[in-house]
Formats: sequence, C-alpha cells, structure tokens
Amino acid sequence: MKFSPGQKVKVKMGEPQGHVRTPTYVRGKEGWVERVHGEFRNPESLAYGGNGLPREPLYMVGFRQQDLWQARYAESPSDNLYIDLYEHWLEGVPNA
Amino acid sequence: MSHDHEHDHGHVHADHDVSQHDPEAAERNKVPFYGKRIYAIRDLLIKKGILSREDVQREIELMDSRSPANGARLVAKAWTDPGFKELLLRDPKAACAELGIDASGVTEVAVVENTEAVHNLVVCTLCSCYPRTILGRPPDWYKSFAYRSRAVVEPRTVMREFGTVLPDSVEVRVFDSSADVRYLVLPRRPDGTDGWTEEQLAALVTRDSLIGVTEAKTPEAAAVTAS
Amino acid sequence: MGGRPTSEQLNLAEHALADWEVVTDAVSVALGAKGLRTTDELRRAMEDMPADEYLALSYYERWARGTEQLLVEKGVLTRDEIDRKMAELEPTWEVS
Repeated sequence: MKFSPGQKVKVKMGEPQGHVRTPTYVRGKEGWVERVHGEFRNPESLAYGGNGLPREPLYMVGFRQQDLWQARYAESPSDNLYIDLYEHWLEGVPNA
Repeated sequence: MSHDHEHDHGHVHADHDVSQHDPEAAERNKVPFYGKRIYAIRDLLIKKGILSREDVQREIELMDSRSPANGARLVAKAWTDPGFKELLLRDPKAACAELGIDASGVTEVAVVENTEAVHNLVVCTLCSCYPRTILGRPPDWYKSFAYRSRAVVEPRTVMREFGTVLPDSVEVRVFDSSADVRYLVLPRRPDGTDGWTEEQLAALVTRDSLIGVTEAKTPEAAAVTAS
Repeated sequence: MGGRPTSEQLNLAEHALADWEVVTDAVSVALGAKGLRTTDELRRAMEDMPADEYLALSYYERWARGTEQLLVEKGVLTRDEIDRKMAELEPTWEVS
C-alpha cells in the first residue's frame, strides 16, 4: 500500500491500449487520497479474461473541480470530485 | 411492465412475445435488431444447457424484487437510529443484511452522507454503474450520454434540471463510480419531521435523492404529491 | 465520456423496459452468475465497439451486442448459429 489518506497524488498521463478505468479527464491531474478501499483484482486484466492477480490497492482520490477543469468549471470553488483509482495509475507528489 | 413467462406452449416465443397478445405494445415497443437477436442467443444457450429457463427467470425475479424502497428503508432507519447510521456508513452490506436486503455480491457499496456543508452526487462516466443489488435498475437519464458527460463538469447545472439549487457555500461533491465500488447517497433528514415513524420518513426518500440529483422530499412537497 | 462537451438537456422521461431489455439484462447477469462473463469483460466488449455504433445504440442494445461478442470470443456460440436461429425466429415477429 503505497499511499495513505491525506497524501497528495498525481494521476499518470498516457494513452494505454485496451480497457482502462481511469478516465481521460483526471489524467495528469493532482489530488489527494481520501480513502483506501482495499485491494481488488485488476480490471485491466479481468477485462480480457485474465485472473486480475495480484490484487492491487484501490483508492478514493479527491480533486478540486477547479484543478480538474480550470476555467471550464463555472460553478462553485467549494466543489470537489472523487473517483476510485488503482494504485498503478498514481504517483506521489513531492512535498510543496 | 408485466412479463408473463409462465406458459410454454412449445413455441419458443409464446411466453414473452407481446405482439401475439398485444399488437399495440408490439407497435410501441418496436424490437430492434439486437433485441430480436438476444432471444436467439437465449434460446441457443438454453438448448445447449449453458443456462436453464429457470436461471433466466430467477434473474428477472431478483431484479424485479429490488427497488428504491430498499434505499428508502435504509435511510429512514439511519435517520432515527444513530447506531444504525454508523453501521450504514461503515459497512453498508451489513446494514442491508440487518434489514433483510440482500446486497451480497461482488461489488462493494459505499454510502456517502449529505450534511449542511456537503451535498453528494453519483455518476458513472465510463458506463453507468449503479447500486443495482440494492436499488434495482437505474433510470434512463442516469445512463444517458448527457448525464455521464455533464455531471462531472457542471453538476449544479444538471441538478437544476431536477429543481435542485444549492448555495455556493455548500460543497457539491461528485462521485464517479469508476471501479468496483457502488455509491449510495444518504440524504439529509428534512425539517419538520420530528416524531415521524420510519415508514413515514421512508416515503420522503426518493430514488433521485439516493443518487443525489435532489434532496429528500419535504413534508410539504410530500403532502402535495399525496393529494 | 466524462466532461465531453455537450449542452444536451437530460430527458427525464422513463420508459418501462421492453421484454427484450428484461431478457438481455437477465441473460447477461445469469451468465455472470455462472462465471461465463465478468463485469469487466462486458464493459470491455462494449468499449470495443466502433464509436459510431456505440453512440447510435441504446443502453440495452449495447449490452446485447457486448454479451454476444463475449460468447463468440469464448467459443460458447458462433455467429453463424446465432444468425441461423435468428432467421428461424423471424416469422414469429409478425403481428397477426
């Protein structure tokens, strides 16, 4: 388990082939770990009939909407978005 | 819609072909190519012994037995029983089991609580995942491209289409159900409901409030609908 | 799909499911209960669809098509036999 709640993380970029569960709109964006859901089998392997092992940690990651969409987000600066992401999509952020 | 699957006259279609009993329905529900095709697939799977007729029927009945009423019961109990609320937030499947709701299944469930400061909204941008084992099937709009596209980037504008307006000071928190966790919103208990029974409270909890596009009904709104 | 630019209003009307939609749902879930398809495989099969088809088909049409693709991929059924069965059932669709 690489990351813990409160820790800042960044979603990796990349356009991998095949089935992924990390939508484009969060790629390259910086957020924080809100919750650790536990370990699950990797859907990117399951999608092709693989067994999805080894299990991988799944995190609930939070983002400020303004950080995700910048000027395109026209609603409240209080707003946030949370999404569940697998560990191999995340990297740590050096302390600001 | 009723679907009577009990008779089998030996005709492969007789037990579900509405066109034979109700030409108007057939007209209304023009069956598309893939719709016709699924019957062929079903019949082949049954013929080959991969699925039985009962297997299919069981899933139909199981899905029919699930509805937003399950969610309403969970919420009403959470509103009146702090210990149950704590369980619902910590271990939703266990809370469901306590009320005789079978939410066992592969996917996890998480319940997110609306407060004075936070309002939650659930979407699945990648494909329309939904807590089906508890609430049954999602509404059409939830599965639409419009909702899947817009809910993440303009949640308040989407909510306004349901008549829901929140002050900017309240955080609108969108959950994109991108993995194996399904989300259910625990709406806020409306004012003016002191002393209400669980049954009365459950009547205020709509499916839309469990998704987060609305809040629970107020007693006034419920009275209007009832009249 | 998340954040795809659109100003399309939501259609709040709900339709009672047609029988074929109920059957699609049930067959797919029943196959899942038998371990013959996983959620991830079905999602991937639907994503594999050409974009114009994905956008043109309704929710349950995509399910039905995705389910068929998985069954064919796994060698459970062939397209030929599905075509033949469908042709066999065609006369029963006529309203008398």
